[in-house]
Amino acid sequence: MKNKFIIKINEKWCKGCNLCIEFCPKNVLELKDAKAKVVSPEDCIGCYICEYRCPDFAIEVNKVEEEVPVGSEKTNKR
Amino acid sequence: MKTELAKKYLRLEKLPTLWCSGCGHGLILSSLLRALYLLNIEKDKVAMVSGIGCSGRTPGYVDVHTLHTTHGRAIPFATGIKLMKPEFYVLAVMGDGDCAAIGGNHFIHAARRNIDITAIVYNNGIYGMTGGQVSPTTPYGAYASTAPYGQLEEPFDIVELALGAGATFVARSSIDEIPKLDRLIADGIKHKGFSVIDVITICPITFGRRNKLGEDPMMNLRWVQDITVPMKKAKDMSKEELKGKWITGIFRDEDKPNLIDLYLELNKKLKHSMVDESSKEGVEDVRRQDET
Repeated sequence: MKNKFIIKINEKWCKGCNLCIEFCPKNVLELKDAKAKVVSPEDCIGCYICEYRCPDFAIEVNKVEEEVPVGSEKTNKR
Repeated sequence: MKTELAKKYLRLEKLPTLWCSGCGHGLILSSLLRALYLLNIEKDKVAMVSGIGCSGRTPGYVDVHTLHTTHGRAIPFATGIKLMKPEFYVLAVMGDGDCAAIGGNHFIHAARRNIDITAIVYNNGIYGMTGGQVSPTTPYGAYASTAPYGQLEEPFDIVELALGAGATFVARSSIDEIPKLDRLIADGIKHKGFSVIDVITICPITFGRRNKLGEDPMMNLRWVQDITVPMKKAKDMSKEELKGKWITGIFRDEDKPNLIDLYLELNKKLKHSMVDESSKEGVEDVRRQDET
Protein backbone atom coordinates (compact mmCIF):
# COMPACT_ATOMS: atom_id res chain seq x y z
CA MET A 1 0.00 0.00 0.00
CA LYS A 2 1.27 3.44 -0.88
CA ASN A 3 2.00 5.78 2.01
CA LYS A 4 0.29 9.13 2.09
CA PHE A 5 1.82 12.37 3.28
CA ILE A 6 0.31 15.70 4.21
CA ILE A 7 2.48 18.78 3.57
CA LYS A 8 1.60 21.77 5.71
CA ILE A 9 3.05 25.15 4.71
CA ASN A 10 2.99 28.02 7.15
CA GLU A 11 2.46 30.97 4.79
CA LYS A 12 3.15 33.54 7.47
CA TRP A 13 6.71 32.24 7.85
CA CYS A 14 7.42 31.34 4.20
CA LYS A 15 9.60 33.92 2.42
CA GLY A 16 9.43 32.32 -1.02
CA CYS A 17 13.14 31.51 -1.29
CA ASN A 18 12.45 28.67 -3.78
CA LEU A 19 14.77 26.14 -2.06
CA CYS A 20 12.06 23.54 -1.33
CA ILE A 21 10.79 23.74 -4.92
CA GLU A 22 14.28 23.28 -6.40
CA PHE A 23 15.03 20.27 -4.21
CA CYS A 24 11.71 18.41 -4.47
CA PRO A 25 12.34 15.32 -6.64
CA LYS A 26 8.66 14.95 -7.58
CA ASN A 27 7.69 18.59 -8.23
CA VAL A 28 5.05 18.57 -5.53
CA LEU A 29 5.56 22.23 -4.70
CA GLU A 30 5.27 25.39 -6.76
CA LEU A 31 5.84 29.10 -6.17
CA LYS A 32 2.66 31.23 -6.29
CA ASP A 33 2.51 34.88 -5.18
CA ALA A 34 6.02 34.55 -3.68
CA LYS A 35 4.91 31.68 -1.40
CA ALA A 36 5.44 27.94 -1.73
CA LYS A 37 2.21 26.08 -2.44
CA VAL A 38 1.41 22.37 -2.58
CA VAL A 39 0.33 21.51 -6.12
CA SER A 40 0.24 17.72 -6.29
CA PRO A 41 0.23 16.23 -2.78
CA GLU A 42 -0.52 12.72 -4.11
CA ASP A 43 2.95 12.58 -5.74
CA CYS A 44 4.80 13.09 -2.44
CA ILE A 45 7.10 10.18 -1.57
CA GLY A 46 7.95 11.42 1.93
CA CYS A 47 11.65 12.14 1.50
CA TYR A 48 11.38 15.14 3.88
CA ILE A 49 13.94 17.08 1.82
CA CYS A 50 11.72 20.18 1.68
CA GLU A 51 11.38 20.11 5.45
CA TYR A 52 15.13 19.73 5.99
CA ARG A 53 15.97 22.46 3.47
CA CYS A 54 13.49 25.11 4.62
CA PRO A 55 15.45 27.87 6.42
CA ASP A 56 12.30 29.37 7.93
CA PHE A 57 10.64 26.38 9.67
CA ALA A 58 7.65 26.85 7.35
CA ILE A 59 7.16 23.27 6.08
CA GLU A 60 5.90 20.28 7.99
CA VAL A 61 5.46 16.87 6.37
CA ASN A 62 3.37 14.32 8.22
CA LYS A 63 2.73 10.72 7.38
CA VAL A 64 -0.93 9.71 7.32
CA GLU A 65 -1.55 6.43 9.05
CA GLU A 66 -4.58 4.94 7.42
CA GLU A 67 -6.62 2.21 9.01
CA VAL A 68 -5.72 -1.15 7.51
CA PRO A 69 -8.88 -2.97 6.32
CA VAL A 70 -9.63 -6.22 8.13
CA GLY A 71 -8.26 -9.24 6.27
CA SER A 72 -5.47 -7.43 4.45
CA GLU A 73 -3.16 -7.43 7.47
CA LYS A 74 -1.59 -10.75 6.55
CA THR A 75 -0.68 -9.65 3.06
CA ASN A 76 1.16 -6.60 4.39
CA LYS A 77 3.44 -8.71 6.56
CA ARG A 78 6.50 -10.11 4.91
CA MET B 1 8.28 15.74 11.68
CA LYS B 2 11.70 17.40 11.82
CA THR B 3 10.25 20.92 12.04
CA GLU B 4 8.06 19.66 14.86
CA LEU B 5 11.20 18.68 16.80
CA ALA B 6 12.88 22.05 16.18
CA LYS B 7 9.72 23.90 17.23
CA LYS B 8 10.07 22.56 20.76
CA TYR B 9 13.11 24.81 21.22
CA LEU B 10 11.76 27.92 19.44
CA ARG B 11 10.10 31.06 20.75
CA LEU B 12 7.25 30.77 18.28
CA GLU B 13 5.90 34.27 18.92
CA LYS B 14 9.20 35.75 17.60
CA LEU B 15 9.03 34.06 14.21
CA PRO B 16 9.25 34.58 11.23
CA THR B 17 12.97 35.30 11.44
CA LEU B 18 14.23 38.66 10.19
CA TRP B 19 16.84 37.04 7.93
CA CYS B 20 16.52 37.63 4.19
CA SER B 21 14.76 35.19 1.90
CA GLY B 22 17.09 32.23 1.25
CA CYS B 23 19.57 33.12 4.00
CA GLY B 24 21.57 30.12 5.20
CA HIS B 25 21.46 31.12 8.85
CA GLY B 26 18.01 29.57 9.29
CA LEU B 27 19.37 26.23 8.08
CA ILE B 28 22.19 26.29 10.65
CA LEU B 29 19.70 27.21 13.38
CA SER B 30 17.38 24.32 12.49
CA SER B 31 20.36 21.97 12.42
CA LEU B 32 21.47 23.20 15.83
CA LEU B 33 18.01 22.64 17.31
CA ARG B 34 17.85 19.12 15.92
CA ALA B 35 21.29 18.47 17.44
CA LEU B 36 19.96 19.53 20.84
CA TYR B 37 17.02 17.18 20.32
CA LEU B 38 19.35 14.33 19.27
CA LEU B 39 21.32 14.72 22.51
CA ASN B 40 18.08 14.98 24.50
CA ILE B 41 19.25 18.10 26.35
CA GLU B 42 16.71 20.00 28.45
CA LYS B 43 16.07 23.64 27.59
CA ASP B 44 17.20 24.99 30.95
CA LYS B 45 20.60 23.30 30.65
CA VAL B 46 21.64 25.25 27.56
CA ALA B 47 23.02 28.79 27.36
CA MET B 48 23.38 30.42 23.96
CA VAL B 49 25.53 33.52 23.55
CA SER B 50 25.95 35.63 20.43
CA GLY B 51 27.76 38.74 19.29
CA ILE B 52 26.64 41.29 16.72
CA GLY B 53 25.58 40.73 13.15
CA CYS B 54 22.98 38.65 11.36
CA SER B 55 24.16 35.60 13.34
CA GLY B 56 23.71 37.58 16.55
CA ARG B 57 19.95 37.39 16.04
CA THR B 58 19.94 33.62 16.56
CA PRO B 59 19.44 33.52 20.35
CA GLY B 60 16.34 35.71 20.01
CA TYR B 61 14.44 32.81 18.49
CA VAL B 62 15.58 30.01 20.77
CA ASP B 63 13.83 29.24 24.04
CA VAL B 64 16.94 28.52 26.14
CA HIS B 65 19.07 30.79 28.35
CA THR B 66 20.17 33.40 25.83
CA LEU B 67 22.46 36.40 25.75
CA HIS B 68 23.06 38.94 22.99
CA THR B 69 26.34 40.68 23.68
CA THR B 70 28.72 43.24 22.17
CA HIS B 71 30.61 42.75 18.92
CA GLY B 72 33.10 39.88 19.03
CA ARG B 73 32.59 39.24 22.74
CA ALA B 74 30.43 36.13 22.60
CA ILE B 75 33.26 33.92 23.90
CA PRO B 76 34.23 36.07 26.94
CA PHE B 77 30.59 36.17 28.07
CA ALA B 78 30.26 32.43 27.43
CA THR B 79 33.40 31.83 29.53
CA GLY B 80 31.79 33.70 32.41
CA ILE B 81 28.61 31.64 32.18
CA LYS B 82 30.55 28.39 32.01
CA LEU B 83 32.61 29.24 35.10
CA MET B 84 29.49 30.13 37.11
CA LYS B 85 27.37 27.26 35.81
CA PRO B 86 29.70 24.40 34.87
CA GLU B 87 26.75 22.03 34.33
CA PHE B 88 25.44 24.15 31.44
CA TYR B 89 26.03 23.40 27.77
CA VAL B 90 27.32 26.77 26.54
CA LEU B 91 27.06 27.60 22.86
CA ALA B 92 28.76 30.65 21.35
CA VAL B 93 27.13 31.54 18.05
CA MET B 94 29.25 33.86 15.93
CA GLY B 95 29.57 35.22 12.44
CA ASP B 96 32.86 35.14 10.56
CA GLY B 97 33.66 38.79 11.34
CA ASP B 98 32.59 38.31 14.91
CA CYS B 99 34.84 35.28 15.33
CA ALA B 100 37.93 36.02 13.25
CA ALA B 101 38.14 39.84 13.12
CA ILE B 102 36.61 41.67 16.06
CA GLY B 103 36.74 38.71 18.45
CA GLY B 104 39.80 37.03 16.95
CA ASN B 105 41.89 37.42 20.07
CA HIS B 106 39.20 35.99 22.34
CA PHE B 107 38.74 33.11 19.94
CA ILE B 108 42.37 31.96 19.90
CA HIS B 109 42.77 32.32 23.65
CA ALA B 110 39.61 30.35 24.37
CA ALA B 111 41.07 27.62 22.14
CA ARG B 112 44.39 27.76 24.01
CA ARG B 113 42.68 27.53 27.42
CA ASN B 114 40.46 24.69 26.23
CA ILE B 115 37.28 25.96 27.87
CA ASP B 116 34.29 23.68 27.48
CA ILE B 117 32.38 25.91 25.02
CA THR B 118 30.98 25.04 21.61
CA ALA B 119 31.72 27.79 19.08
CA ILE B 120 29.57 27.69 15.95
CA VAL B 121 30.81 30.00 13.20
CA TYR B 122 28.34 31.17 10.55
CA ASN B 123 30.88 31.69 7.80
CA ASN B 124 29.37 33.56 4.83
CA GLY B 125 32.50 35.51 3.91
CA ILE B 126 30.96 38.97 4.15
CA TYR B 127 29.59 41.52 6.61
CA GLY B 128 25.99 41.06 5.53
CA MET B 129 24.16 43.30 7.97
CA THR B 130 26.20 46.46 7.42
CA GLY B 131 26.19 46.47 3.62
CA GLY B 132 28.62 43.87 2.32
CA GLN B 133 32.09 44.93 3.41
CA VAL B 134 34.96 42.43 3.14
CA SER B 135 35.40 40.12 6.11
CA PRO B 136 38.49 38.09 7.07
CA THR B 137 37.05 35.05 5.28
CA THR B 138 36.06 36.71 1.99
CA PRO B 139 37.53 34.44 -0.71
CA TYR B 140 40.38 35.74 -2.88
CA GLY B 141 39.04 37.65 -5.87
CA ALA B 142 35.48 37.98 -4.56
CA TYR B 143 33.70 41.32 -4.88
CA ALA B 144 32.38 43.31 -1.93
CA SER B 145 31.32 46.90 -1.32
CA THR B 146 34.81 47.71 0.00
CA ALA B 147 36.52 45.58 -2.69
CA PRO B 148 34.94 46.77 -5.96
CA TYR B 149 37.84 45.31 -8.01
CA GLY B 150 37.98 42.03 -6.12
CA GLN B 151 39.52 41.04 -2.81
CA LEU B 152 43.33 41.05 -2.93
CA GLU B 153 43.98 39.45 0.43
CA GLU B 154 44.01 35.76 1.26
CA PRO B 155 41.18 34.65 3.58
CA PHE B 156 41.55 33.36 7.10
CA ASP B 157 41.18 29.60 7.46
CA ILE B 158 39.22 29.35 10.71
CA VAL B 159 39.91 25.62 11.01
CA GLU B 160 43.69 26.08 10.70
CA LEU B 161 43.51 28.96 13.15
CA ALA B 162 41.67 26.85 15.72
CA LEU B 163 44.02 23.89 15.19
CA GLY B 164 47.06 26.10 15.67
CA ALA B 165 45.61 27.69 18.79
CA GLY B 166 44.96 24.26 20.33
CA ALA B 167 41.21 23.65 20.13
CA THR B 168 40.38 20.00 20.87
CA PHE B 169 37.41 19.54 18.53
CA VAL B 170 37.62 21.20 15.12
CA ALA B 171 35.27 20.54 12.23
CA ARG B 172 34.00 22.20 9.11
CA SER B 173 30.78 21.67 7.25
CA SER B 174 28.47 23.58 4.95
CA ILE B 175 24.73 24.19 4.82
CA ASP B 176 24.58 21.82 1.87
CA GLU B 177 25.34 18.84 4.12
CA ILE B 178 22.26 19.26 6.25
CA PRO B 179 21.60 15.94 8.01
CA LYS B 180 25.38 15.50 8.47
CA LEU B 181 25.65 18.93 10.07
CA ASP B 182 23.18 17.89 12.82
CA ARG B 183 25.49 15.08 13.94
CA LEU B 184 28.60 17.26 13.66
CA ILE B 185 27.09 19.92 15.92
CA ALA B 186 25.89 17.22 18.32
CA ASP B 187 29.45 15.84 18.48
CA GLY B 188 30.77 19.32 19.19
CA ILE B 189 28.29 19.91 22.02
CA LYS B 190 29.03 16.51 23.52
CA HIS B 191 32.79 17.08 23.39
CA LYS B 192 34.45 18.16 26.65
CA GLY B 193 36.72 21.05 25.73
CA PHE B 194 36.74 23.88 23.22
CA SER B 195 34.96 22.79 20.07
CA VAL B 196 34.81 24.80 16.87
CA ILE B 197 32.39 24.11 14.03
CA ASP B 198 32.95 26.28 10.98
CA VAL B 199 29.83 26.24 8.81
CA ILE B 200 30.11 27.62 5.28
CA THR B 201 26.87 29.42 4.52
CA ILE B 202 25.37 31.74 1.91
CA CYS B 203 24.39 35.38 1.81
CA PRO B 204 22.44 35.79 -1.43
CA ILE B 205 21.57 39.46 -0.95
CA THR B 206 24.93 41.06 -0.18
CA PHE B 207 27.42 38.40 -1.39
CA GLY B 208 25.60 36.62 -4.20
CA ARG B 209 24.38 39.75 -5.93
CA ARG B 210 27.89 41.20 -6.14
CA ASN B 211 29.52 37.94 -7.26
CA LYS B 212 27.41 37.00 -10.29
CA LEU B 213 25.45 34.42 -8.30
CA GLY B 214 22.29 36.51 -8.12
CA GLU B 215 19.73 36.64 -5.36
CA ASP B 216 18.60 33.09 -6.08
CA PRO B 217 19.64 30.97 -3.09
CA MET B 218 19.93 27.89 -5.28
CA MET B 219 22.73 29.49 -7.36
CA ASN B 220 24.51 30.43 -4.15
CA LEU B 221 24.11 26.92 -2.80
CA ARG B 222 25.63 25.47 -5.98
CA TRP B 223 28.60 27.79 -5.43
CA VAL B 224 28.96 26.37 -1.90
CA GLN B 225 28.86 22.86 -3.39
CA ASP B 226 31.66 23.90 -5.77
CA ILE B 227 33.99 25.36 -3.16
CA THR B 228 33.61 22.64 -0.51
CA VAL B 229 35.41 19.32 -0.81
CA PRO B 230 34.86 16.38 1.56
CA MET B 231 38.00 15.24 3.37
CA LYS B 232 38.04 11.79 1.70
CA LYS B 233 37.95 13.30 -1.77
CA ALA B 234 40.54 15.96 -0.89
CA LYS B 235 43.17 13.30 -0.12
CA ASP B 236 43.46 12.43 -3.80
CA MET B 237 43.61 16.05 -4.97
CA SER B 238 46.72 18.11 -5.61
CA LYS B 239 47.48 21.42 -3.88
CA GLU B 240 46.68 23.39 -7.00
CA GLU B 241 43.28 21.75 -7.30
CA LEU B 242 42.54 22.53 -3.66
CA LYS B 243 43.34 26.22 -3.99
CA GLY B 244 40.32 28.31 -3.01
CA LYS B 245 38.41 25.27 -1.73
CA TRP B 246 37.29 24.51 1.80
CA ILE B 247 37.79 20.95 3.02
CA THR B 248 34.90 19.64 5.14
CA GLY B 249 34.98 17.03 7.87
CA ILE B 250 36.34 16.52 11.37
CA PHE B 251 39.94 17.74 11.64
CA ARG B 252 40.63 17.01 15.29
CA ASP B 253 38.80 15.20 18.06
CA GLU B 254 40.95 14.51 21.10
CA ASP B 255 40.55 14.45 24.87
CA LYS B 256 42.59 16.87 26.92
CA PRO B 257 41.94 18.22 30.43
CA ASN B 258 39.74 21.28 30.05
CA LEU B 259 39.98 24.46 32.10
CA ILE B 260 36.64 24.08 33.87
CA ASP B 261 37.40 20.58 35.20
CA LEU B 262 40.89 21.63 36.32
CA TYR B 263 39.50 24.74 38.01
CA LEU B 264 36.78 22.81 39.85
CA GLU B 265 39.28 20.20 40.95
CA LEU B 266 41.59 22.88 42.35
CA ASN B 267 38.63 24.55 44.04
CA LYS B 268 37.64 21.29 45.71
CA LYS B 269 41.20 20.62 46.84
CA LEU B 270 41.62 24.07 48.37
CA LYS B 271 38.21 23.94 50.06
CA HIS B 272 39.08 20.57 51.52
CA SER B 273 42.32 21.93 52.95
CA MET B 274 40.42 24.92 54.39
CA VAL B 275 37.99 22.63 56.25
CA ASP B 276 40.70 20.88 58.24
CA GLU B 277 42.87 23.94 58.70
CA SER B 278 42.95 23.26 62.46
CA SER B 279 45.35 20.45 61.72
CA LYS B 280 48.55 21.80 60.17
CA GLU B 281 48.83 18.84 57.80
CA GLY B 282 46.23 20.28 55.46
CA VAL B 283 48.13 23.54 55.05
CA GLU B 284 51.36 21.70 54.52
CA ASP B 285 49.73 19.59 51.84
CA VAL B 286 48.86 22.71 49.87
CA ARG B 287 52.40 24.05 50.31
CA ARG B 288 53.87 20.83 49.09
CA GLN B 289 51.66 20.94 45.99
CA ASP B 290 52.64 24.52 45.34
CA GLU B 291 56.29 23.60 45.44
CA THR B 292 55.82 20.77 42.99
